Amino acid sequence: MYIPDNTPRHSVYYDYQIYPFRTPPELNGEAKRYPVVIVGAGPIGLVTALELASYGTPVVVISAEVQVSHGSRAIVFTRRSMEILQQVGIAERMLEKAYPWRSGNSIYRGQRVFRLEAPYDEDDRFQPLNNLQQQYVEQYLVEQAQQNPLIELRWGSKVIGVTSLLDHAEVQIDTPEGEYSLSCDWLIAADGAKSTIRQELGLRMEGASYSGRFVIADIKIDIPWPTERLAYFDPDWNRGNTILMHRQPEGIWRLDYQLPPNETPEQALAPESLHTRIQAQLDMVGISAPWELDWCSVYSARAMTLPDYVHERIIFTGDAAHMLPIFGVRGANTGFQDAQNLAWKLAMLLKGVGTPELLATYSSERVIAAREIIAEASKSTRFMTPPDRGYRLLRDAVLSLSLTQAFVRPLFHWRTSRPHDYHETPLNALNDDNGQFTAGSAQGMPLQNIRLAANDYLFDHLGAAFHLLYFTNQTVPESLLQQVAELEQQGIPLKILTIGKGQALADSDGHFAKRYDAQTGTAYLIRPDQHVCARWKNLTAEQLKAAIYRALGQGAK
Amino acid sequence: MSQLPLTELEVVYDALAEAINQVGTEQESLFLTKLVLLLANQVGNQAQVEQAIHTALLDLQ
Repeated sequence: MYIPDNTPRHSVYYDYQIYPFRTPPELNGEAKRYPVVIVGAGPIGLVTALELASYGTPVVVISAEVQVSHGSRAIVFTRRSMEILQQVGIAERMLEKAYPWRSGNSIYRGQRVFRLEAPYDEDDRFQPLNNLQQQYVEQYLVEQAQQNPLIELRWGSKVIGVTSLLDHAEVQIDTPEGEYSLSCDWLIAADGAKSTIRQELGLRMEGASYSGRFVIADIKIDIPWPTERLAYFDPDWNRGNTILMHRQPEGIWRLDYQLPPNETPEQALAPESLHTRIQAQLDMVGISAPWELDWCSVYSARAMTLPDYVHERIIFTGDAAHMLPIFGVRGANTGFQDAQNLAWKLAMLLKGVGTPELLATYSSERVIAAREIIAEASKSTRFMTPPDRGYRLLRDAVLSLSLTQAFVRPLFHWRTSRPHDYHETPLNALNDDNGQFTAGSAQGMPLQNIRLAANDYLFDHLGAAFHLLYFTNQTVPESLLQQVAELEQQGIPLKILTIGKGQALADSDGHFAKRYDAQTGTAYLIRPDQHVCARWKNLTAEQLKAAIYRALGQGAK
Repeated sequence: MSQLPLTELEVVYDALAEAINQVGTEQESLFLTKLVLLLANQVGNQAQVEQAIHTALLDLQ
């Protein structure tokens, strides 16, 4: 019998709400086959659920917990994540509370040796980075899911075993009222870095663990500084190590600092040790305000991924699929892209319009993305926490030179999470005009947002479907409209958005067309996850049909 | 690749020896690493620096 902890977690700023366990039909002797079961009600599991529901796919979400995340955990959300979270309906609510920002500073011996502004495009709705505690993000996602009749949330239900079969999966669940078994067509493991399902299947991750361990501590304190990333290298009170400071809403600051080697997490989290070190950091930066601790934890930097995210009927996503160092805000931000990539492919497969080959590209696209992120993250990690004598000497030499030598300062670049470019995916069209464009997002890239008017952006008009952006100052050719209607009749969600003077998306000054290198007849085909899969200078009905079929995995055979 | 005339090489030889004596054993590696990074930046050629690293690794015993 599994009894979840029903005591609301402690926090100085966040009121935890309990989502009680409810008796599922299986414990009343009813059994049925579910199309999709998601294990894990963290940000990635919930975004996957909301995305799947947006395509009409019913989902059961299983969580061992009965409340949202303990502590702030993921606090920095990228522009791309905000675009994804807009799709699931919580971006606006997040922005009411979040702190947007774009500047990062590296400080050595009291001197700011490097400052980087993340690029901001005037056509973007969202700022490059947005700070908000994970509890709020999870709460907003839970409330969004509760309102969705296609999503069933099962709290206080712990997965104790899984069986993967050729045509379905079975999951054994322990609850306060006993055990039961669920049968589903697809099981999604969004159960985090310590994934029970990954361990049950005995799957090994590839990559590296780094020896450096960090304390994360959230404190409530009044510091009159703007929202920027602050990285302190080799401070007097913690020689050789790195300290990060991030501002969060509700008067909370995050401090990350590296543990001395040979110290255990228990020693590092002892109240006296925490207090001394946090005070030392505050003293160093000249802050004398009173503070209190909200939450703390220890993490180690890992850069690992499963080599394949789809195992028969079990699919891995988020931290269950890969573990990434958090220095570049890569955990949740990478996971959201997984969720968005997976959801439409699985939904199309369940609708009968996508192929198994389409689902296989979830794994191929996202594993390549994870490996690219790992390569980047590993560079940052080697600089932040040098793993051995050679890397430490080079890092220390760069620190020392950075006080006077500008040429080493770009080595402090903190390489923030950025969306992957699927330029090699078999879902991209074969014979389109991709190479002929001089502007706009190329095949595989996420779509560039466009500011259409005050508080009106291109992405506001994108839903759970393929979108054909069609540029014209006249009318859409009848043959194209017929083709779109024919594809829709086959169950393929496809919407045509016309762009131009007097069109659905008005482009009176030609700004949109210019950024997309478009003339009348130009078209971009956008996947449901907002990546471009084809673009043409002058689209024909036949080309559209071929590109859609290919994007549904018929060309991946 | 340009080469130092013997008289200049001798001056560099003395200056480097004295600098190593001055920094002491504890900071010696850090000093030499900084020096290499500075010179690498002045050389401005990745292949030449890599060749020099390779050459310096030879015959260390």
